[in-house]
Amino acid sequence: MDIMNETIASLHDKLVNKEVTSEDLTTQSLDKIKANKESLNTFITVNDKADQDAKKVDKTGINGPLAGIPIAIKDNIVSKGIKTTAASKILYNFMPVYSATVLEKLENAGAIDIGKTNLDEFAMGSSTETSYFGTSVNAWDHTRVPGGSSGGSAAAVAAGEVIAALGTDTGGSIRQPSAFNGIFGIKPTYGRVSRWGVIAFASSLDQVGVMSKRVEDSAAVLSVIAGHDDHDSTSSTKEVPDYRANLNKDMHGVKIAVPKEFWHEGTHPEVLENVNKALDAYKEMGATVEEVSLPSLKHAVEVYYVLASSEASSNLQRYDGVRYGFRAKDVKNIKELFVKSRSEGFGDEVKRRIMLGTFALSAGAYDAYFKKAAQVRTIFINEMNNVLKDYDLIMGPSTTTPAFKIGEKVDDPLAMYMNDILTIPANLAGLPAASVPAGLADGMPVGLQIIGRSFDEQSVFNAAYALQEENKFYEKIPTALKGED
Amino acid sequence: MISKDEILHVAALANLKFQDDEVDSFVNQLDKIVNMESKLSSVDTTGIEPTYNMADTNTVFREDKGIHTQTREEMLENVPETENNLIKVPTIVDKEDDE
Amino acid sequence: MNFETTIGLEVHVELKTKSKMYSPSPVAYGAESNINTNVIDFGFPGTLPTVNKNAYRLGVMVGLALNADIENHTHFDRKNYFYPDNPKAYQITQQDKPLGHDGYIEVDVDGEKKKIGIEELHVEEDAGKNTHGNNGFSYVDLNRQGTPLIEIVSKPDMHSPEEAYQYLENLRKIIQFTGASDVKMEEGSMRVDTNISIRPVGSDTYGTKVELKNLNSFNHVKLGLAYEEKRQAAILKQGGSIGQETRRFDEKTGETFLMRVKSGADDYRYFPEPDLPDYEISPAWVEEIKASLPETAAARRNRYINELGIPEYDAGVLTDTKEMSDFFDEAVKYDANPKLVSNWLMGEVNAYMNENKIGLVETKLTPEHLAKMINLISNGTISSKIAKKVFKETISNGTEPEEWVKSKGLVQESDPDVLKPMILEILDNNQQSIDDFKNGKDRAVGFLVGQIMKQTHGQANPKVVNKILMAELKSR
Repeated sequence: MDIMNETIASLHDKLVNKEVTSEDLTTQSLDKIKANKESLNTFITVNDKADQDAKKVDKTGINGPLAGIPIAIKDNIVSKGIKTTAASKILYNFMPVYSATVLEKLENAGAIDIGKTNLDEFAMGSSTETSYFGTSVNAWDHTRVPGGSSGGSAAAVAAGEVIAALGTDTGGSIRQPSAFNGIFGIKPTYGRVSRWGVIAFASSLDQVGVMSKRVEDSAAVLSVIAGHDDHDSTSSTKEVPDYRANLNKDMHGVKIAVPKEFWHEGTHPEVLENVNKALDAYKEMGATVEEVSLPSLKHAVEVYYVLASSEASSNLQRYDGVRYGFRAKDVKNIKELFVKSRSEGFGDEVKRRIMLGTFALSAGAYDAYFKKAAQVRTIFINEMNNVLKDYDLIMGPSTTTPAFKIGEKVDDPLAMYMNDILTIPANLAGLPAASVPAGLADGMPVGLQIIGRSFDEQSVFNAAYALQEENKFYEKIPTALKGED
Repeated sequence: MISKDEILHVAALANLKFQDDEVDSFVNQLDKIVNMESKLSSVDTTGIEPTYNMADTNTVFREDKGIHTQTREEMLENVPETENNLIKVPTIVDKEDDE
Repeated sequence: MNFETTIGLEVHVELKTKSKMYSPSPVAYGAESNINTNVIDFGFPGTLPTVNKNAYRLGVMVGLALNADIENHTHFDRKNYFYPDNPKAYQITQQDKPLGHDGYIEVDVDGEKKKIGIEELHVEEDAGKNTHGNNGFSYVDLNRQGTPLIEIVSKPDMHSPEEAYQYLENLRKIIQFTGASDVKMEEGSMRVDTNISIRPVGSDTYGTKVELKNLNSFNHVKLGLAYEEKRQAAILKQGGSIGQETRRFDEKTGETFLMRVKSGADDYRYFPEPDLPDYEISPAWVEEIKASLPETAAARRNRYINELGIPEYDAGVLTDTKEMSDFFDEAVKYDANPKLVSNWLMGEVNAYMNENKIGLVETKLTPEHLAKMINLISNGTISSKIAKKVFKETISNGTEPEEWVKSKGLVQESDPDVLKPMILEILDNNQQSIDDFKNGKDRAVGFLVGQIMKQTHGQANPKVVNKILMAELKSR
């Protein structure tokens, strides 16, 4: 049995009927991760107690919706007793003594935490190339990046190592790697999922989401991890629907807005072609598709890099070598300890963002950068929500190009930042957004982005599900994996 | 234009230090990014309230109950150096703010 | 050249809560190192703050007691700086929209009443504590990290060290009577930073501010400021200029010493805390808190004078600390005569506290016991001589007075049927004394009473004894 051909629901049935055990699934998953270690490098740490956890579930019975199913966790989500690094040298040895709320919820639903996937250091990047533990690679082409920052999670799902993985998305970190690896990935509405235990990058933008080959599997997992948490005062008290049970692919009467600004000049022609094909498919299914304008989109990248870096500069100050993680040697006093631990512990990209953010918050720059960006954010949120008053969904490409080559943009931060132009809007406005496979360009996957109204993840799932059932992209096996198994 | 002196000042605030050969390329890169960000100045934001947090609720309080959620042993597990259950650090030269 | 002094005070007060400002860890003074800490207090990756409702409520209470306007739309801000006792490297505070603003405290200096303005007050979290070894290392204890604080920033309205002293005294008293804090300088639950500048009289710009640290009592504040006034005046008179600096008060010499020169303003990069939502403090909640405000010291003092007939001076002493005032009120509730309770508290109780160098709560005395003892005296059950014994027993060992008096047989003998035969017998045996009395020697009465007391082991009621004795003497 190959989980590539399964869903969480079908695995659940097999587990209940004892056609397969959680131990089998876990062993299979661990074996694949190990076999792909050299080629894909998807995980930083595997959970060496995963098989014991699986045995326990086999023994106590398949009770929860995710019981016995191995799920991968991005390594910026803390897990009690399993090393959590955020792919940074500064946390290379960090052993959490508490678990993130999302992990407790997964555990309560019976899921098996299989281990911690690779990412860009502190989730700052679009390629996993900034990871202290080496880059992950694309499941479709080993010379290309898997995207980022949740690149390890995306490649692990695409390669069939796990059926679903948790990611985090601050400016596109779930949707972009999902698009690059030909899988589905959703970033829920800000506040839908607790951030307790999620290593902060940018507090007003970070959100945990799910990645899987099939829409219904992410729907199942999101219903489990979502909901209010007393630990997170920004988490919403709104009720969480059973997204999977409510899936509905009927697109009749659904109003889709396509912002003309999403048709970025640098967009790859085959990306456009695939996205247009998907939009045509929706029309045929009975939806209406109309062009709209988001005039402030041209400032989205600017707003994002000011706000995300500012919050990050503050969030990352706690890494000072005093209480946990990397502590520099040969220092004479506390000041040297701070400076040396941080300068040696952080990679270049993280330092760049800390510098940008510290600058934007500093006395002379605050009003012109930080406050200004926060004001433009308000304008942009209003623009997005105005469109969503008249339309159910906003659609466009998830990325301007398919996965780029490893090393191609690593030395050009500005070009790297521009990658995020299409995914940033949903983070700035806190809206639910997903990427669903739309086809192939140059043999590499292309994602369609679907943005919904605040807390209306269901409509996003429904539209993604409709396209999935139309193009059956999940049947495609990543080219680089063919012949490997 | 962001100057080298400004960059060094910001680095001091952030407790980061760059090697001499890194500084210039950092200045160059940051200058480009800050230039990009400066385009925000063209947006008219008169009378626009800034958005600082994205919570859909307000006024969230915790009831005042004292509880231990971790043990001291757990808290000290990750500390690089401890002594008598205290966190041991290289000397704090500048002792002025301790009371 | 004559100078005018300008003083501003920033006071930090720990709020009396069960848990910390942004974490549920218990708050306790003097606990074992790092015992009251959790992942939030240690600033672990992934942790988030939650706001202690009671801490905010107490903050509003203090604001109201200081006549401040309470802000209805507020949020929290981060103050960024690196220090080993500041685990997140930012303190969550209220910079932009403090909890309250524009309050005042009334002071009385040399018979002149004056209002000292309060610029603003806000809640925030305390830092941990560093200690320094002489081995090249320092040590961090994070127990105190996150303890709820209220910071009260005065306007630069004070013009003499004495005014500053009065401001602090009244501030302490006002806060103490709200019950929001113990306000103990010695335990660090109240801490004072001062700014002082002087300028020539008539000048319309302030002089350069100097900050004073290490002021561990109100007296030190007064002494430090007085020294600083003189030091700055001397420099200006010689044509020098005052540096923008932080100076340390030395309690041994009473002088201030340079700690560091301030090079421009610190850049704390304040910005709104994105991990917390906005806070709407409803007028209804503020009203509710206002209604729950305990009686102020001034109101108590007036009540003691007007309703309980306590002399003004005594009422002032009784309301100097909440501890004493609470004790008094409680004892009066047990139907003891207020004037007597007041006399005992200011007399014997105070003497006992001074002698043993302890506070009222550290004694074993309870308001109930004191009231009972006073009532035993009032109703003639014990003599005032016996009362001293009872008091000593009760305050040292916490013994219940009524039962102890009974069990020790210390009840005063007031029955004439018992006393009269005794008195007659003593008179029969002391004809000389009777003769002396008749010859106008009043001392004889004292001798006879002494004999009776001796025979009754001091338990005879002196009033009753006197009455019977005098009647008998006159009739003989």
